[in-house]
This record gives sequence, C-alpha cells and structure tokens, in this order.
Amino acid sequence: MDLSAISPVLLLAALMVAATPILLAAIGELVVERAGVLNLGVEGMMITGAICGFITAVATGSPMLGFVGAALGGAALSLLFGVLTQYLLSNQVATGLALTLFGIGLASLLGQGYVGVRAPSVPKLDIPVLSDLPWLGPILFRHDIIVYLGLAIVAAVWWFLRHSRGGLVLRAVGENHEAAHALGYHVTRVRMAAIAFGGACAGLGGAYLSLVRVPQWTEGVTAGAGWIALAIVVFASWRPGRLVVGAFLFGGITVLQLNLQAARVQIPVEVLSMSPYIVTIVALVALSARKGRGSAAPGSLGQSFHAAR
Amino acid sequence: MIRLEKRPQPSKVWTWATPVLAVVATMIFGGLMFALLGKDPVLAIRTIFYDPLFGEFSSYSRPQLLVKAGPLILIATGLAMGFRAGIWNIGAEGQYIIGAVFAASVGLAAYPAESVLIFPAMVIAGAVGGTLWAMIPAVLRVKFGTNEILVSLMLVYVAENILAYAALGPLRNPDGMGFPGSRNLSQYPSAANLDLIPGTGMHWGVVAALIAVIFGYILLSRHILGFQIRLAGQAPRAAAFSGVNPGRLVLICMGIAGALAGLAGMFEVAGPAGRISIDFNVGYGFTAIIVAFLGRLHPVGILLAGLLMALTYIGGEVAQLTLGLPVAAIQLFQGMLLFFLLAVDVLTNYSLRWSGREVA
Repeated sequence: MDLSAISPVLLLAALMVAATPILLAAIGELVVERAGVLNLGVEGMMITGAICGFITAVATGSPMLGFVGAALGGAALSLLFGVLTQYLLSNQVATGLALTLFGIGLASLLGQGYVGVRAPSVPKLDIPVLSDLPWLGPILFRHDIIVYLGLAIVAAVWWFLRHSRGGLVLRAVGENHEAAHALGYHVTRVRMAAIAFGGACAGLGGAYLSLVRVPQWTEGVTAGAGWIALAIVVFASWRPGRLVVGAFLFGGITVLQLNLQAARVQIPVEVLSMSPYIVTIVALVALSARKGRGSAAPGSLGQSFHAAR
Repeated sequence: MIRLEKRPQPSKVWTWATPVLAVVATMIFGGLMFALLGKDPVLAIRTIFYDPLFGEFSSYSRPQLLVKAGPLILIATGLAMGFRAGIWNIGAEGQYIIGAVFAASVGLAAYPAESVLIFPAMVIAGAVGGTLWAMIPAVLRVKFGTNEILVSLMLVYVAENILAYAALGPLRNPDGMGFPGSRNLSQYPSAANLDLIPGTGMHWGVVAALIAVIFGYILLSRHILGFQIRLAGQAPRAAAFSGVNPGRLVLICMGIAGALAGLAGMFEVAGPAGRISIDFNVGYGFTAIIVAFLGRLHPVGILLAGLLMALTYIGGEVAQLTLGLPVAAIQLFQGMLLFFLLAVDVLTNYSLRWSGREVA
C-alpha cells in the first residue's frame, strides 16, 4: 500500500475529467425532465454517441468532428424516443428502457471492427499564464476543450431556464402541460426539442468516454454512466448548479477508487469498483429522506400529453 | 390529418393483435437490417425463426428453447406484477445474480456430501437471495420514497462486482488450478439441476416457470391482491381510497419479482451454466423486461413471449454460426421488437380518426 503516490493535485485534475461525461449527459436529461419528459434511455443514447463519435473521429481524423457526430447520433436516437412518447403516446418508462436496450445493441453492432482501433487524441488546451499557475493551473486550466464546453452548457442552461422566455415556456410545459397548452404553447414541439437536446448532450458525454477518458471503443464502455447521470438529476433537485456538485462528487469517488486500486490498498478491487454505485444510492436515499414528501420534481414529469381539444 | 381519440377502454382485440403486429414489423425491419449487413434477409429470418424448430439440427436446438425460455418466463412473470402496479423493478439482473450466488454458496458448502435436502435448500437460498436484493430498493422506496428504478439498476452493478468477487475469491474451485470460477454444480449429483426427461431441456427451472405462470394468472385474475395490483396501476388515488396500502404493495411486488429472479439464477447456476463465473449473467434480467411487455404483462402472454424471445436467442446463435450474423444484431433485433410493440400499442388505447373539413 502506497498512499503517498496519490497526488491531490492530479486527483482533483482527474476529477474534472471523470465528471465531464456524467455532467454532459445529466445536463441534457435535466432539460428533458424540466420539460416534463422522463427519458430513461440516457445509457443507450450515451453509448450510441460513444460509438458514433468514435467512428466519425477515426474516419475524419478530427476528434472535434467526432463530438459533432456523437451529438447528432445521440439526438437521432432520442428522436425515436420522442416520436414514440410524444406522438404515439407510449409509456415513457418502458420506452426509455427500450431505448437503452436498443442503443446498447446498436452500438455494439456499429462498433464491430472498431475494437482496438486508436482514435485521434483530443488536444489539451494550454492557456497561457493561467495553466502555469501553481496548484490551480493543473487542476483547472490544463484540460481539453470539452471539459469547459460541459461547464459552459450548464451555465447556458441555467441562464436559459432562469432568465429567458423560452426557458419559462419550457418550465411551464413541464410543470403543467394542460395549462401550457391552454395558453397556446406547443407542448409536443417544446418537448421534442428538449428531447433532442438531451440526446445530443448524452451523445457528447458518451463520446467523451470513448475519445478521451478510456480512450478506445469497448463494448459496454459507458458502464452505467447514463444511469448515474439520471440519478444525479434527481440528486440535484432538477437545478443546474447542484448538478455540477453532484457530477464532481461522483467524479471524485470514481477517481479516488481508481487511485486506491492502483495503490494496492487492502480493500478488494470489487468493493472499490462498486463504490461509485453505492455512493449514488446513498446520495439518493439521503436526499429523498431529507426532502420528505414535497418533491422538487416537475409537475407533469413522466405523463403523456394528449390534447383532447 | 389523422387524429387520435382516446378509447373509453383499451381495445380487447388490439391488446392481443399488437404483439403480433410488432413481431411482423420487427421481422420486416430486422430483415432490412440483415440486408444492410449483407446477409440474405429471408434466409436470416428463416434461420432465426424456423430452423431452430424444424430445421436440420432442430433436435439439438429444440431443447435449448426451454432452457432459455425458463429463466425469461420466471423473471418476467415476477416483473409483470410490479409493472402493472407502477412499480419499476428493472434490476432483475442483479436479483438473478445474487440468487445464483446464494444458491451456489449453499451447494458448495455442502460439497461433497450427498443428500436429498441439498437441492431444496439451494432453491430456498436462491429465492431468499433474490428477495433480499429486491428488498433494498423496495424498503428504500417505502421508507424514504427513493426512486426504485435507479436504485434497483445501480444494484445490478453492485451485484456484478459481488459475482466477480465470489468467482475469484470464496467460491473459487480449490481444485481448479487457479482458474476463476466455482466447482461445476451440474456434476455434483445432489445439487445438479439436470433434465427431468433427458434430452428435452425440461429442467426444474422450466417446471418452476410453468408453476409461476399458473400462480401468476390466478393471483392477477382471481385474488384480491391481483385486483389491488391492477387498481394501483390504473388509478392510484382510487386504490388509496379503497384501502390499498401502497407500501405493502411495493414490498410484495418487489419481493415476488426478486424471489422469482433469484430462483431463475439458482436453476441456471445448478444446471445450464453449472458454475459461478465472472460472465455468469448474460442479460436475462434485462431481456425479461421485453418479455414482460411483449406478453402484455399477462402470465399466459409472458409464456408465449418467453418462448418467442428464447427462439430469437437460439436462432441468433444458429445464424451466427451459419451466416456469420453478429451477436449484436440479435440484441438490436430484440430491442427493435420492444420499440415496435410500444409504437403500435397506440392502437390499443386510441382509435384513429380522420379529421379534415369539419370544425370541432
């Protein structure tokens, strides 16, 4: 056992990288749920994004185009969910599960022949002055651009939901779709847009796993990250700010357990690898126990909307 | 414009016609997918759906049908109870794993003693293991209102790690020359779950699945609990007013599902799989979700859906050997089936109306 090998600076820097895929997927799902739609297919959209991004990056040689491809792939898959739940009024829980099962199958089919292939690497930014700062430099300012993109998307979503008219409409649709409909808003259209945004974000998160974090294509590369993203949305009480806290908390646990595994601590590897999932459960329980009965969930979450008039 | 009009009651005809429609649509689009993969679509569909039953090597593949359908039906019957009541246990895969680990531990602890009591003890251990694992999300939901979907799913990953630990640690075969995995239980007479009639694939798990279907049917259609389950799913407020205790319902539904999933794991580890290994679980717990919906959350429907889904597994294996069809294609095919089912289900609850000129 050699705990001294674990450097806190590197740990915190790795934490930001580990949190990014979850953060991306979670912020997309947050918007979807604020619009009143429960899409449980995050895992399926993430893994589809992971392979779409990987294939695009390998084919074009550009990791940035890879991320674009991943966002498109995730969004395309999410629209399948959108059509089923919004136009054919299928049960959202069942359809979300179907999306995950379908996405995992689709990804492993597309991924045939990409196992062991190397993708072009994503460059780290080197911000002058800032990245040379002691401590803060390596922790905050020496990452690839997607880390900052993730945080920027969170900030943009926060602003959109809180300060823009569009955000108000989206929240109205999510809180009470009947009332929003009566006011003349297009419930289904708003929801489809939110679903596509959620799919694109999940795709980006997946591609971050296959292009940066792992970085290669393996089956089951997401390993439940999509489900953890769903849990973090609940943990965050549907608020973008708390989402960052949740994602960093989770990223921290992941990085810490990996470092402990590498340091050969006297804890079985299996216990360490299951710890992120257990921590997620504990966080969910702590939150639901504290919150009591009044839930912060959007009022129309998970309900189908059928305009009778 | 086509408009949807909600039916006062779900259509009886469409309830049973939609799964058939979904299967047909999946065959068509699956065929297209196979064609895109450069395989002859007709041949591929035939290889998957016809050859395992009536083809050249059907004497080998037909027993496999029951072996694969057994766990699917057993798990799906339990899940359907919860799904009907709006309780979403999607962690059956984890309950299946823990059931198998519990049962294998009991069997391996008794090794090499021979007794008629070992097998029943393993059955009980499997059911207890699955139930305990399902009780975690159930109790958390009842006590704290924690979302059971997320907790039960997270516990699958925890269970997989427990499985790996068991296979590499305490349950590892001491005579296995260091290889991971336990002793082979199917070669240990007191613990083995072999074919009851040799060569049919009819092992105790299949019998248990049939019993579960019968009990599930009686419970849902003839018992007050079944009525409460259906009521809680369709009208939660009405259920609360008529004295249904929602917490009790969660515990019962999750408990039944966990017990049946644990049993499925037990019969698998003592029979077809034979031993605890890292890759013991092959996704039955997730495929069973498809089976439950395809069978309309109805035990008899689940029986048929389980057989059909088992057929796609076996047909997929045959197609993999003879046509070189990738395994993932079959996985996608199964996912597609659930998608189509959910899509055409709109016909069950809504009727299509042409609305053109007239103004409402």
